[in-house]
Amino acid sequence: MNTVAEQQTWLDICALNDIPPNTGVCAQFNGQQVAIFHLSSSKLGNVSLVKAVSNLDPFSDANVLSRGLISENDDIYYVASPLLKQLFNLDTGLCATDENVSIATYHVRVSDGLVQLRRS
Amino acid sequence: MSKQKIVVVGNGMVGHHFIDQLAKDFSDDYQIVTFAEESRLAYDRVMLTSYYTGNSADDLALTTPDAYDAQGIEYHINEKITSLDRHNKTVTSASGKTITYDKLVLATGSFPFVPPVPGKDQPNIHVYRTLEDLDQIADSAKTSKIGVVIGGGLLGLEAANALKQLGLETHVVEFAPRLMAVQLDDGGGALLRSKISELGVTVHTEKNTKEIVAGETCRYRMNFADGSFLETDTIVFSAGIRPQDHLARTGDLTLGERGGISIDDHCLTNDHDIYAIGECALWDNKIFGLIAPGYAMAKAAVSHLTERRAFKGKEVDFKGADMSTKLKLLGVEVASIGDAHGNTPDAQVYSFIDSSAGIYKKIVVSSDSKFLLGAVLVGDSSDYGQWLQLVLNKIELSQAPECLLLPEMDGEASAGGGIDALPPSAQICSCLDVSKQDICDAVDGGAQDIATLKSCTGAGTGCGGCVPLLTQVLNAQLCQLGVSVDNSLCRHFSHSRQELFDIIRVKEIRNFDALLSECGTGDGCEICKPAAANMFASLWNDHVLATELVGLQDTNDNFHANMQKDGTYSIVPRIPGGEITPDHLILIGEIAKEYNLYTKITGGQRIDLFGAQLHELPIIWKKMVDAGLETGHAYGKSLRTVKSCVGTNWCRFGVQDSTSMAILIEKRYRGVRSPHKVKMAVSGCARECAEAQSKDFGIIATDKGWNLYVAGNGGMRPRHADLFASDIDDATLLRYIDIIFMFYVRTADRLQRTSVWMENLEGGLDYLKDVVINDKLKINDQLLDQMQHLIDTYQCEWKTTINDPQRLKRFNHFINSKQLDDNVIFTDVRGQISPANKVSNAVEIAHAVN
Repeated sequence: MNTVAEQQTWLDICALNDIPPNTGVCAQFNGQQVAIFHLSSSKLGNVSLVKAVSNLDPFSDANVLSRGLISENDDIYYVASPLLKQLFNLDTGLCATDENVSIATYHVRVSDGLVQLRRS
Repeated sequence: MSKQKIVVVGNGMVGHHFIDQLAKDFSDDYQIVTFAEESRLAYDRVMLTSYYTGNSADDLALTTPDAYDAQGIEYHINEKITSLDRHNKTVTSASGKTITYDKLVLATGSFPFVPPVPGKDQPNIHVYRTLEDLDQIADSAKTSKIGVVIGGGLLGLEAANALKQLGLETHVVEFAPRLMAVQLDDGGGALLRSKISELGVTVHTEKNTKEIVAGETCRYRMNFADGSFLETDTIVFSAGIRPQDHLARTGDLTLGERGGISIDDHCLTNDHDIYAIGECALWDNKIFGLIAPGYAMAKAAVSHLTERRAFKGKEVDFKGADMSTKLKLLGVEVASIGDAHGNTPDAQVYSFIDSSAGIYKKIVVSSDSKFLLGAVLVGDSSDYGQWLQLVLNKIELSQAPECLLLPEMDGEASAGGGIDALPPSAQICSCLDVSKQDICDAVDGGAQDIATLKSCTGAGTGCGGCVPLLTQVLNAQLCQLGVSVDNSLCRHFSHSRQELFDIIRVKEIRNFDALLSECGTGDGCEICKPAAANMFASLWNDHVLATELVGLQDTNDNFHANMQKDGTYSIVPRIPGGEITPDHLILIGEIAKEYNLYTKITGGQRIDLFGAQLHELPIIWKKMVDAGLETGHAYGKSLRTVKSCVGTNWCRFGVQDSTSMAILIEKRYRGVRSPHKVKMAVSGCARECAEAQSKDFGIIATDKGWNLYVAGNGGMRPRHADLFASDIDDATLLRYIDIIFMFYVRTADRLQRTSVWMENLEGGLDYLKDVVINDKLKINDQLLDQMQHLIDTYQCEWKTTINDPQRLKRFNHFINSKQLDDNVIFTDVRGQISPANKVSNAVEIAHAVN
């Protein structure tokens, strides 16, 4: 199904294996920094899920979110900033502890063992 | 209106308490002046004996000149007031200083009574009241083998303990037929005597000292009225106290027939501008020689002086005081409550003796068997708190009185009826006068653990005897509030950390998925994941970046470095004991220079290198490891540093090799993961240059070995460490630290430092000693094995990581590019780098178009 159009739409970032389960990495993408997380647990049926948000912690103005811990509450997954522990929803980018704050989210998928981000 | 001038004569515990209570809220209204006859301001006389076991004069001090200066209190030390002129309202000191007063407070205390025995005024014959007395006794001990205390009362036995601490063969000579005649009955006195004799103190009762003459084998010989004699080198008189009322006599105040300044319920003397408080005061013809009544008098005087503005307008009068006491004499628990001698008409007496365990208990109950009137406890005073409440609050017994004496069977509550039976007015902490109501109010106000309760109500901070009772009140009140005492770790685990630790240990759980399916729900969060990783490490000690563990680690553990505010990291190599070779020092400097790192010396005698980016960490550590440096675990909840001084190696004062001991200890416990960080220090002599008493484990050299202190803390809630054991040898020292450290790892809450952990242990320091020294819980072998496992499986995490290409992949800022984070920007401050990215106040809201 990898049509030429699709290849133009989705950019390869890294192998899924490069992201140890339940950790994140930071990707360079269109001049932006994107934090990509690899979720995998028995609760998720041991299926790998990937989520992508901006890497910039808006509270500290530091590019660190990929190095935060993944946190689950009521089936929603968050990343906790490694600096001051604010939680960001990995699907919506909304900050759980300050409703006025949110961060960018990105479309991300795994295809043939490769993690890909969608251009626009 | 100008300030009223209050002159407080005497700066003992009670005089100081008065000043403290008055100055707290009313320093603007009163000018306070105090005179101390001794060379220092108020200190804790109750703890006097601890002066020989590690507490310095500064430790015992209740205040400092700086504190008084800050409160605007004028003080004169070494200045005895010798005369009082009520007509002109002045007092005059021995040095001729005369000062006027508006109100005078006499807190002159008492002096030791020395019976008129011929020969009493010779060298090496002492009394036991002030720090100067203790210094002199210690001096005498240097040239003595045998010491005698005259007087077998409470203070006499304290003094005997002191002589024993000083290494003397110790005797107690008592005029009455039993020890502690005021507090104990014959049965209790006999048991106390046998217990004390076992400890090597010889007790002589019914001995009336006739004279002290030159000895044959010792310095002195004491001849007794019955013809017998005792040879000794040092003598300490402890034959009771007398109120120090000389000054009141010069002012012609009303005194009791046998001395003491007569006062009313407001602690006013017959001159209504003069109060008298503490041991110099006589209320209802009684002198009160305990600290709690003294404090109560101070409060009553403050209340009256301020026209009831103090203490939230509560009427605080002195209405006498309960003279019940509980203490530990020469290691033996002794308590006496209320009518201990059964003097109440028709009172009934029950007693219980367990001679194998060395326990004696006696209760005195009313003729109708409904009320407890008094009690005596020797060998085990754990019933004291509960029974005292039954007496003070006249609570009707819920079962037959004998049930009080019998050990609890089948978990049934004893006849006391539990904490709920106590009225709100029940005094829980007698030292600081804190009632059950005060405690319940504080719990309602959010103080929901012992440590917080102590700091906000003061309860349990005096003698500490009420802490078990305090804990019961806390738990009962939490129940009332519907706060089931919730120790759940987080929303994913309803267990406490301690329970989870046991589950992981017993079921040998090694990964998070298994732990969740055993006892959790959901998928974990930023609280339970690192806590679980920490417990796995404390038990199994696998590498923190093992595949199953890496997703649980906080970023610091995850990248073996401390993340700073701009996302860069700081690096701390281990420098055991603070000892470092010039070559290592140069290497660290060269690395810092090459990678342009900000360098700073830490408080723990190490070097911190700031500003390293992710990709630089493995390169830097390769150089460090190759040169023989190891990770310092500054990023872990684990042992940080063991600070030391140079000890006997270099210092002319040192008595032990503190540096070698610090290095030994640091290498022994490096990498051990614990509920929170752990700091230690070793000082080579009592000068304490390594500041060991502010550490979780503090070790101070003595000429016989080491003193071990535990549960100290600097930081946000400073706490002086408590002396755990004295003069122990190297092996015992390591054994005790092994056990305490592992017991802490096993039982503390998440992120709980040793100081709070120990304060929250029911029974506190004594309980911890019982666990560690006497193996009360029979788990010491297990704890020692567990620690040995951690020591045997230690690895330098960095050394392992730099040799694992798969793990190193994560040490790049981008997974898909070699570029660096362009938001890491530095500026120059004093010749070094400093982060320059701004922390945005108005948070930027960026939402990408999906």
